[in-house]
Amino acid sequence: MTDTDTNFRPTRRAILIGTAAFGAAPLMLIRRAEATPDTMKAAIHKVIGESSVRKGRVALDIPPLVENGNTIAMSVAVESPMTATDYVKAIHIFNEKNPQPDVISVQLGPRAGKANFSTRIRLADSQNVIAIAEMSDGSLWSDSVEVIVTIAACLEYN
Amino acid sequence: MARTLINVPPKAKRGQVIEIKTLISHIMETGYRRNETGGAIPRDIINLFVCTYNGEEIFRANLFPAIAANPFITFFTVATESGTLEFKWTDDKGNVDTGTAKITVE
Amino acid sequence: MRGAAGLVWASLLLALVPSRAPSFAAGIAPADRRSAYADMSRETRAMQDDDTANPGMLSVLDGEALWSRKAGTANRACADCHGDAAQSLKGVAARYPAFDAASARPVDLEGRINLERARHQQAPPLRFESGELLALSAYVARQSRGAPIAPPNDERLAPFIAAGREFFERRQGQLNLSCALCHDDNWGKRLAGNIVPQGHPTGYPVYRLEWQSLGSLQRRLRNCISGMRADVPDYDAPEYVALELFLMQRARGMTMESPAVRP
Repeated sequence: MTDTDTNFRPTRRAILIGTAAFGAAPLMLIRRAEATPDTMKAAIHKVIGESSVRKGRVALDIPPLVENGNTIAMSVAVESPMTATDYVKAIHIFNEKNPQPDVISVQLGPRAGKANFSTRIRLADSQNVIAIAEMSDGSLWSDSVEVIVTIAACLEYN
Repeated sequence: MARTLINVPPKAKRGQVIEIKTLISHIMETGYRRNETGGAIPRDIINLFVCTYNGEEIFRANLFPAIAANPFITFFTVATESGTLEFKWTDDKGNVDTGTAKITVE
Repeated sequence: MRGAAGLVWASLLLALVPSRAPSFAAGIAPADRRSAYADMSRETRAMQDDDTANPGMLSVLDGEALWSRKAGTANRACADCHGDAAQSLKGVAARYPAFDAASARPVDLEGRINLERARHQQAPPLRFESGELLALSAYVARQSRGAPIAPPNDERLAPFIAAGREFFERRQGQLNLSCALCHDDNWGKRLAGNIVPQGHPTGYPVYRLEWQSLGSLQRRLRNCISGMRADVPDYDAPEYVALELFLMQRARGMTMESPAVRP
């Protein structure tokens, strides 16, 4: 479990009520930690430190309007010759509004041939998704996409 | 063992960049869903995926709850020599699922 | 959030549809019939079309393994009687539900699988929506992919098809909606951001993105019925097979896509 895991965040009131009701063990309130643009910034900072990120060289491909937030096709392509001296080291994907800001972190090397990968992600709501690529020379490049998420009309209730 | 579906071209030319596709059956429970009585369903996801090519690591991914159920990951590698690609998925409980694919490089 | 969204679209729908008008049940002209595949995004269609990317194929592979596994006190595998499914069961799913003489009623594919287990393997039935039953039905249905939907011309099915049609056309539930109102009369229009499909059973069992798993036609019908705020019959209720029979008639000639991917 990473220390960015914020599943359990007891409020003071909850602890007091819990302690009063049950004596020893405090009642833990499970609250959804909604990510915000700030949480996302903090997560990005944690991964790449103080360095500045430039827009460009990265192409993040996500449909701008998706039928269902549960499974969204996402692919990333980074311009790079992928030689032993000039390659993409890592690609990190972040989101703005899911309970957690991290999506996936990929480590690559010259053997990749192409700095491309794809996967399927979940987005809890319409939001921005950001891809940041770390180059072998230490430079950082990014791209972002604003995604609108619609929900199904006939949901399961039982 | 979870069901996996791995797609590696069986043959390639030396130096050719090939695409590898992987799919594995896993619920990827986020930890944010609730059951009928309102309790949280605990997180249970694959958090690590690694691919090696004749023993050398060529791709690594750290996965988070935002990865959809039945994780599908595609990536590229240079076909350097004939041999075996090995795939390893590790989940939060420490369970490991593996798969292999052979490639002939001429 | 979901409950609120449900109420929003429900009230929008009620505003559009006069509450006392009968549902016309003229049906869709054969030339106008289309699979919901056509309305999906490029990415979702790609997910369905690529067997190396379609999550439903994971269940098909599981089904292939189960096909050869001995089961029940008879210690017999499906393969022992049916051999290679690609040969023996080719096109079968496109002809289901079908009449089962011994029980004097129609059964759908899942029902048939459980009858076979009971009669020839002496094995207990697989639970509805269980991984195993879905895997076997996905494997069997996969053998019909590309085949035209061809419900049997069996007179014994007539009363059940009629019951299915009656269910499809009947207004029911808190919103006084019928299946026909949306899927015959308003297909192609939008509901809560999604396009209303015609509702053809061309791709079952289907990997529904909303479920993040494979599911049966019965599960999808239950979602529809609960979405309409009507009473949802239990799994294996006769209403479902009757409705499936009617839907297959309605989709006669359309191409099977199983296992399909849908939002």
